[in-house]
Amino acid sequence: MRNSKVVSLEEAIRRSGLQNGQTISFHHHFRGGDKVVNMVVDKLAQMGFKDLKLAASSLSDVHAPLVEHIKNGVITGISTSGLRGALADAISHGLMEEPVVFRSHGGRGSAIANGELKIDVAFLGACSSDELGNATGHGANSICGSLGYALPDARYASHVVVLTDDLVAYPNMPQSISAADVESVVVVDSVGDSTKIAAGAIRDSKNPRDILLAKQAAKVIINSGYFQDGFSIQTGTGGASLAAVKYIREEMINRGIKASFALGGITAHMVKLHQEGLIGTLIDVQSFDKVAAESIAVDPAHREVSAVEYASGQHLGSATHALDIVILSALEVDTDFNVNVLVGSDGIIRGAIGGHQDTAADSALSIIVCPLLRGRIPCVVPHVTTLITPGPSVDVVVTEYGIAVNPGRPEIAQRLKEAGLKVVPITELAAKASSIIGKPDPLPFGDKVVGVVMNRDGSVLDKIYNIQ
Amino acid sequence: MKNATAGTLESGDILINIGPGEGLQVNLQSSVAAQFGRQIKAVITDTLEGLGIKDACVEAIDKGALDCTIRARVTAAAVRATGKDVWKD
Repeated sequence: MRNSKVVSLEEAIRRSGLQNGQTISFHHHFRGGDKVVNMVVDKLAQMGFKDLKLAASSLSDVHAPLVEHIKNGVITGISTSGLRGALADAISHGLMEEPVVFRSHGGRGSAIANGELKIDVAFLGACSSDELGNATGHGANSICGSLGYALPDARYASHVVVLTDDLVAYPNMPQSISAADVESVVVVDSVGDSTKIAAGAIRDSKNPRDILLAKQAAKVIINSGYFQDGFSIQTGTGGASLAAVKYIREEMINRGIKASFALGGITAHMVKLHQEGLIGTLIDVQSFDKVAAESIAVDPAHREVSAVEYASGQHLGSATHALDIVILSALEVDTDFNVNVLVGSDGIIRGAIGGHQDTAADSALSIIVCPLLRGRIPCVVPHVTTLITPGPSVDVVVTEYGIAVNPGRPEIAQRLKEAGLKVVPITELAAKASSIIGKPDPLPFGDKVVGVVMNRDGSVLDKIYNIQ
Repeated sequence: MKNATAGTLESGDILINIGPGEGLQVNLQSSVAAQFGRQIKAVITDTLEGLGIKDACVEAIDKGALDCTIRARVTAAAVRATGKDVWKD
């Protein structure tokens, strides 16, 4: 084709004009199967680059090889929604001189759009692309569905490189990433392990505690005052969250209630309700399983949105502003309703902010579902290890020992009590946890800041210190 | 006293191995060591002392067990190690 943008990875990097000290970006739609981050950073290291800032929408276990690139000075800064595995462990112990900057998905979208997070070169993996860079999350070798977290990068980065393992004939339309935003296209052997990019539908939890929590969460929703025809909902992918959808579905059918839309990470569960006519539109920033990834390609009412359109706190048109109900999980909730989803109770980073801050802040009703204890680890505590989602945006906490309602929402507490649910002060839940496990010794934190947690408005919420 | 074990490596459980020793020696590996290691060791030694055991070497691998579980596993391992059935009394 005339004007083909297809070049080798090395040539794409040379053409981008990337300099030491600049910022490169990646998305995490290939989840645990991702090969793009490691492949590109390996190449940059080979080419002699140093002092690069890596701005990922998230990072996971598979990115452990970055530890060596950090030690060698190739990567000196990271911003991400989350960290897991060996990389998270090393960073928690003080691997980097510059603290990792943690942002929510909406917060990252805002920061890219308003220039606070300036991306010099975006390296965006795609399941298919044509020679001009029209790229999608569907290809011959793998499918990931929505590319929502890559779209702000594609639009705002100074230079965009698309990497794909399925080069198709022009025009690759409808496209997620537009050729108008793309400078180079690189064909690689594999962008990721397809079995880890989109697994089959997540199986329903058989854990009796999850089922109990799910039933309680469903009762909270049904009696909250927001369970009305045309309501909207977002759920996570935890066992209790998904099981709650099952009970809500039954009640929707019983009462003849339909939802206007479901938002966020879309799963097979939500696709099923949509296909049954119980949910109008699926607004999808990330397709969590193969069923969702296949649905978005063929169903006109299953829409892809960018992270900005999904959850930016600085764009009033973002979908979270229209969201009624969100079910979220937590590692820890404290007696001021503050939530931690990032740092484990051992002080090691082991999670991601995701859309937690965004959906809790903007939704009409935010529900945290968590067990009182995980083994000996308490989930309701006097003070969260790290502040991720501020208490004022959290409305209800559901545990197997009772339901706590934020004192700022007395009308919801009243409705739940009238429905016969066990509403208890959150201090009572913390006391119950403490009575079972005893008083934990303080964690051995050092005095080096290894992470900074941003609020979605760009202010600093909390700092994470190294663990010794 | 002979070597004996009780418990599993499942999440929420603790694996206890008791053998002959001088004084009470407890070696603990725990997924929650930083916050609860001190308490877990105290529960193990208290339970053994309650059974009248003053000399034993204990290897414990903990996966976040609660105190009630720890007491039960230590008691079961001690009964197997000593042959003295405390539940009959």
